[in-house]
Amino acid sequence: MKRFALAAACLFVAAPALADEVPAHTIVIKDHKFEPATLEIPADTKVKLVIRNEDKTPEEFESHDLKREKIVKGGKEITVLVGPLKPGTYKFFGEFNPKTAQGEIVVK
Amino acid sequence: MSATFLILFREVLEMALILGIIMAATRGVAGRMRWIGLGLLGGLLGSLAIAISADRISEAMEGMGQEMFNGGILLAASFMIGWTVVWMKKHGRELAQKMKQVGQAVKDGEMPLYSVSVVVALSMWREGAEIVLFMTGVLATTEESLLAIMMAGIAGAACAGMLGALIYLGLIQLSSKHMFTVTGWLLVLVACGMAAQSAAFFSAAGALPELANPLWDTSWLLSDESWLGSALKPLIGYTAQPTGMQALWYAAAFCLIAVAMKLSSRPAVSQRPAAA
Repeated sequence: MKRFALAAACLFVAAPALADEVPAHTIVIKDHKFEPATLEIPADTKVKLVIRNEDKTPEEFESHDLKREKIVKGGKEITVLVGPLKPGTYKFFGEFNPKTAQGEIVVK
Repeated sequence: MSATFLILFREVLEMALILGIIMAATRGVAGRMRWIGLGLLGGLLGSLAIAISADRISEAMEGMGQEMFNGGILLAASFMIGWTVVWMKKHGRELAQKMKQVGQAVKDGEMPLYSVSVVVALSMWREGAEIVLFMTGVLATTEESLLAIMMAGIAGAACAGMLGALIYLGLIQLSSKHMFTVTGWLLVLVACGMAAQSAAFFSAAGALPELANPLWDTSWLLSDESWLGSALKPLIGYTAQPTGMQALWYAAAFCLIAVAMKLSSRPAVSQRPAAA
């Protein structure tokens, strides 16, 4: 698998460095809920979402609107890049606990 | 319990549909079950390995390892399906002829179906790893009985499996000549869809621009969350809001496979009189 990741890496030699000036927002998962459940970000701007899972169980951060799906294991955190986005509301959810883990990003 | 059912259903669905088409496409090929079985085994082991190393994958490549890895798997699967279709096109005619001659089964002629094994394994990896992670989480925390959870999971997987069986049964109703054509083109669309999905992952990692997001929006007609939408995603790569890059990769994959099919079927035609 490592080899696959490496092969993918070679295909995209210029995997861009995450520029430090990209603003970061943290979303915490606790008791299968997102906190904050609503996050406001500016339009036409690239944003870094740091999703920290404080539960013991894994969760999958998923959004059809944002076209993102990423697993975050219990007690770990992941980074999800979003944007630049047009103004609007973009829903996201936790695929493993969709009943409670719901949230949205409001782009203004 | 219903969450377990739904997750297992959704994650197994893609695999079941692809397996159904592959089973139909390789009908009559001697030893195909061995190759498919080998693929299933590879898929299972790969899923476990990915689930175990999920952290390391995640942290790789400045935190974008998961996206790059998923994109890589999908791209490889897309390539291998394309390869299989081209191979089928080349040998399919031969196969159909033999099927007519010796009844249903091709008894001799060991066909190298390792590409099928790889396709089956690759299309299990992503979803399989997700199932493993989800189930370990559920089993670690739930108050429900182990039996109830297992039953829900098995029921979900079985329902998805039934849809895969349905597509298989539908395809084998076709005459062998039509079946090869239909399954072949279905697999081409599966491969294009996977290429488009991989583009979305590479864009999510920031390695590819999105070009336009979305290029169009048909969610008013058919949303990704709907039952039909989620079945059409693995079959034809349906997404209600594709990016420009996804559309580009879809089209590029389609053109590449179509050209490869054209080129590879040519020598087979000229060889036919000699072979007969």
